Amino acid sequence: MAAKRLSADVINIATETSSVKKGETLIDTGRNIQALKADIIVMRHNYSGAAVMLARSVDISVVNAGDGWHEHPTQALLDIFTLKEKLGRIEGLNVTIVGDIAHSRVARSNIWGLTKLGARVTVCAPKMLIPPSIEEMGAVVIHDIEEALINADAVNVLRMQFERDSGEAFPQQLEYFKNFGITSERLKKAKKNIIVMHPGPINRGIEMSSEVADGANSVILEQVTNGIAVRMAVLFLVAQARDGNENTN
Amino acid sequence: MKILIKNGRVIDPANKVDEALDILVEDSKIAQVAKDIKAEAETVIDASAMIVMPGFVDMHVHLREPGREDKETVATGTRAALAGGVTSVLAMPNTQPCPDSTESVELIKNIVANCATCNVFVCGAITKGRKGEEIIDIAKLKKEGVIAISDDGVSVDSDELMLDAFKRAAKEKVVVICHSEDRKLSAGGVVNLGFTSTRMGLRGVSKESEFARVKRDIELAQKTKAVVHIAHVSCKESVGIIAAAKKEGLKVTCETAPHYFALDESAVLGYDTNFKMNPPLRGKDDVKAVKEGLADGTIDAIASDHAPHTENEKEIEFERSEFGVIGLETELSAAITELIESGILKWKDLAEKFALNPARILRIDRGTLGIGAIADIVIFSPKKEWVVQKEKILSKSKNSPFLGKKLKGVVEYTICFGKIVYPFSK
Ligand SMILES: [Zn+2]
Ligand SMILES: [Zn+2]
Repeated sequence: MAAKRLSADVINIATETSSVKKGETLIDTGRNIQALKADIIVMRHNYSGAAVMLARSVDISVVNAGDGWHEHPTQALLDIFTLKEKLGRIEGLNVTIVGDIAHSRVARSNIWGLTKLGARVTVCAPKMLIPPSIEEMGAVVIHDIEEALINADAVNVLRMQFERDSGEAFPQQLEYFKNFGITSERLKKAKKNIIVMHPGPINRGIEMSSEVADGANSVILEQVTNGIAVRMAVLFLVAQARDGNENTN
Repeated sequence: MKILIKNGRVIDPANKVDEALDILVEDSKIAQVAKDIKAEAETVIDASAMIVMPGFVDMHVHLREPGREDKETVATGTRAALAGGVTSVLAMPNTQPCPDSTESVELIKNIVANCATCNVFVCGAITKGRKGEEIIDIAKLKKEGVIAISDDGVSVDSDELMLDAFKRAAKEKVVVICHSEDRKLSAGGVVNLGFTSTRMGLRGVSKESEFARVKRDIELAQKTKAVVHIAHVSCKESVGIIAAAKKEGLKVTCETAPHYFALDESAVLGYDTNFKMNPPLRGKDDVKAVKEGLADGTIDAIASDHAPHTENEKEIEFERSEFGVIGLETELSAAITELIESGILKWKDLAEKFALNPARILRIDRGTLGIGAIADIVIFSPKKEWVVQKEKILSKSKNSPFLGKKLKGVVEYTICFGKIVYPFSK
């Protein structure tokens, strides 16, 4: 969508239909795309580290649109853009991220981006969904949702995926909503103007109540709009950087 | 056929030798070790400014043949060994077929007889097909020349079965080499559990998955009279457990690999699969403990855990790529660079870790330069530097964690069974 707004030519390659399944490696696919004379690859991939691996093996630009549990930089940028638009600043803000931190690339990228810009980040989840040593990334861990919301200027609520095949421990949906769901009652105890974000799509009644999702504090639809602008900006900057390189070489 | 090695610094801890001496090799044996040997020899090696040690015994090598000749063969693997100063390797049993029967051991011995350029000793499996279900006939395999058993790659999960294996191994005086890993605890992990796994968004391998199993393996072995050897010790807790067991007088030995003292988990943050191995690279504390364990004698041996993999298996998504790195050609230099330069080990210690101790653990007549000993010798320049380059690697696979690194110590000559086998003759 962002690329179309910029009038770029877009080829979509879904791995199910492409040769990745037939034994072609990610690097082969990347080199083939390069041979098609593409300038930028935007890739979402199930495996952590796939984007950096691809970037190392092709000369064209790679935009990481999400890799495994590792990073989702454009989502973090649009979240940060939305925060700045709504609250006027990032430095000094208290941002709470609620949900499956362990398996979330959105959480990791938000922690990197927000802490770098001077915000304080709190992560809140059941113990089993907090990865070890997350504090070393600059986040504070609070397991009690009400405590985690009390000073928050914003709460970023992650999408929960309950179906996992790895056999890892995971909470029950209803229990999760009871203990960590964002509800009007819980928001009443938080700052009045707290903003509520979600990377979408929302599981209503699991991560937050419908009342909150559609309520006055929610900026979820603005996030969608901002997403296009931010992604356009990313593509524009990457393209410009490429042109710059070509000129200097 | 005589070879005279002149003026090298001869280091032979078995005979408490460390001085500038000459060595005369006659046929396959060491004939004389003395100052100023005046003998006619077909070949004279000027080893001034070089160190002369017993040829290295690498007790943890995956030669991949039979079964995965695309990764390595006995021919390419043993050539790589010679270039690294290694004259004896213990071939680990995760081949296809695996050495769990007379037939499969014979098949492997045949390949070795035809293709190997250094000594290859065979490590048999502990269980049929390394499945952890049924113990092999250890007595029979011992008759075939198997000197150790291991299910390396996996651990035997059943306590009962492992105890039985120790009992039978004790009876046959065969050393049991343990790949100590509780897969219930390491399930799906690919990097060290903690900040590294969290930051990379990957599943972690806890240190407990290693040290809990080290503890179990030592405890079970202790109930029998078995000799237990712990493979690839990577973490502080394992070093501690083994040190305590030794203090109690238990018969346990262990090895570590160069990557566990030369590299820590921060090396893997760029998702380079040449830093992916099992157990994974650990924390700085662990590296320190491994070095201390080497210095104080808790860790008896250095072995490469040479684990060749093709580019197709390595240059893919981190989680999908194979575990393991090659190491035969770099182990001596990595040890000199990391352990000698910093004063952690003395040259004599290095000769013990690479030659004498593994030979003693495996009860093979190697690891010494005593008169009458089999003439397996390495001669190297301790101060020369080199850069590890992919193009120059002799192993069929190139998955080295030291690519691009500058290391100290260059092997000049390797002599095996009284013949100069490295540099290679054309
Ligand atoms: Zn192993
Ligand atoms: Zn191994």
